Amino acid sequence: MSGEPEPTDTDRSPLVEARDLTFGYAAVPVVEDVNLRVERGEYVGIVGPNGSGKSTLLRLLLGLHEPDSGTAELLGHPARAFAERERVGYVAQDVTEDEKRMPITVSEVVLMGRFPHAGFGRVTEDDRKRTREALRTVGIEHLADRKITALSGGKRQRTYIARALAGEAELLVLDEPTVGVDAESVDAFFELLDGLVADGMTVLLVEHDIGAVIEHASRVICLNREVYFDGDPVAFAESDALDRAYGTNVRREEGGIVT
Amino acid sequence: MTLLLSLLTASILLLSAPYDLLARLVGLWSDGLGWVGEQLGIAMLDYVFMHHAFLVGALIAVMAPLIGTFLVHRQLALIGDALAHTAFAGVAVGLFVNSLLGTGISPYVTAIVVAVIAALAIELISETTDAYNDVSMAIVLSTGFALGAVLISLNTGGLAVGINQYLFGNLSTVSRENAVLLVVLFAVVALVVTVTYKQLLYVTFDETAARVAGVNVPWYNRLMTTLTALVVVGAMQIMGVILVAAMLVVPVAAAAQLARGFREALLASVVLAQIAVLAGITLSFHYNTTAGGTIVLVAVAVYIAAVLAGKAQSRRGEDGAPATTE
Repeated sequence: MSGEPEPTDTDRSPLVEARDLTFGYAAVPVVEDVNLRVERGEYVGIVGPNGSGKSTLLRLLLGLHEPDSGTAELLGHPARAFAERERVGYVAQDVTEDEKRMPITVSEVVLMGRFPHAGFGRVTEDDRKRTREALRTVGIEHLADRKITALSGGKRQRTYIARALAGEAELLVLDEPTVGVDAESVDAFFELLDGLVADGMTVLLVEHDIGAVIEHASRVICLNREVYFDGDPVAFAESDALDRAYGTNVRREEGGIVT
Repeated sequence: MTLLLSLLTASILLLSAPYDLLARLVGLWSDGLGWVGEQLGIAMLDYVFMHHAFLVGALIAVMAPLIGTFLVHRQLALIGDALAHTAFAGVAVGLFVNSLLGTGISPYVTAIVVAVIAALAIELISETTDAYNDVSMAIVLSTGFALGAVLISLNTGGLAVGINQYLFGNLSTVSRENAVLLVVLFAVVALVVTVTYKQLLYVTFDETAARVAGVNVPWYNRLMTTLTALVVVGAMQIMGVILVAAMLVVPVAAAAQLARGFREALLASVVLAQIAVLAGITLSFHYNTTAGGTIVLVAVAVYIAAVLAGKAQSRRGEDGAPATTE
């Protein structure tokens, strides 16, 4: 974790910046004219209905797609340049489920976070030490030698967080990390994220659970192809952005909002 | 084509010094094994071709599961089969050129060239269509085999006679020259996998996360398929075109039943492959059966044993069922 900020030029520049970002898989844009900046230490939640382009936006910001127009920058570099990627941790929807029965232990997965640092060199004792520390931080040290496919969804997602931590990531990018995770583990997972943010981590989270985002994030971006809202979670909850972005089929319930 | 041939000849001349060294090493291995055979009274070790067969077999049993572990866990088991069949086309090209121009190029060398080209073609197809698909793989497979068959039938001057050894493999034709070729292939594959192990593992486990982490995924995919082509051609001598892919898949599948970690799985697959190859070669010598088929049958028996052992292991509650409570 990067608790102590270093006074460099990159320190003041945004970690993520999109300018007039537009992209479509076919002729119709999935993401249109998106402008956003994520500063160091922010906890940004991106919400939007299914097919609203949230995941696509994330993929653009990570450099996985070439924008049709506009620019996406990550850590001050064009996202497509894939520069300084050891500073980015990525947690996707659980990929290990079902079809992936690959034998690999939890600590082997977490050690991957060190790979961008190691390059073609050997894995050092320091790498292993950081791996153990990361496992301890997310509270699954005792599962280090388990096969990852033998873990519950929540524990698996903690493994991927640990992988990012082992890699000393400053920015954590999460794409619907709680899909397929049971409710109790979801709460614990968001508590873990809160703790990391408190320690100085920057978080960019795409999440279908709007209630969780309002509760935990410091900033909400509501997306449906375009940005409908960008700002404070409380202001978002009171605004009509949700209704406009989602259409009318949103029910407001006690303790959360369900689509 | 002539340019390619002269390039090949030039590189072969350039490599003749290291070749002599390796040939001497293979000779030493042969002498050593012969001595062991004499001391222990093992009759099959009287034959030099058996020395070569055991050397080649042991090397195959390291590099095939090594590459196979990466392929199987990416659901790319079929790629070995596709490349083996294009390697057959390469063999046919070699035999065709030799009989046409009177040259003496080893068909295995042309097989390497053609299989590597096919490997890169498969990658290109998958990159442009954004997916490895069964259909394009099946097309490459049948094109390779068809091309081989046509080239051979074009040239009926006694060529068809030697074709079985490529289709089914042959222990007795493993010459010192072929053994040297395999040692070289082995060295290349082992070196490249050692250096790029971390990147290959990352790409195998999660391609998207690997891309995000800055790993050049297309490059490593190309590398992986090219290495597969090398392994397939190397293993073809004993296993034959039709069964060579089994060595990439069966020991790996067996190891996956037993291992928890990736390194563990790699090691286990090599150990199981060694058992299959050494037992297979020995059985094939004693019962005069085809080596490739015998090795694969032993490997499948090992796989079945591994499945049963894995089931017993998970029944004891060690690691099998997904843990829902911790």
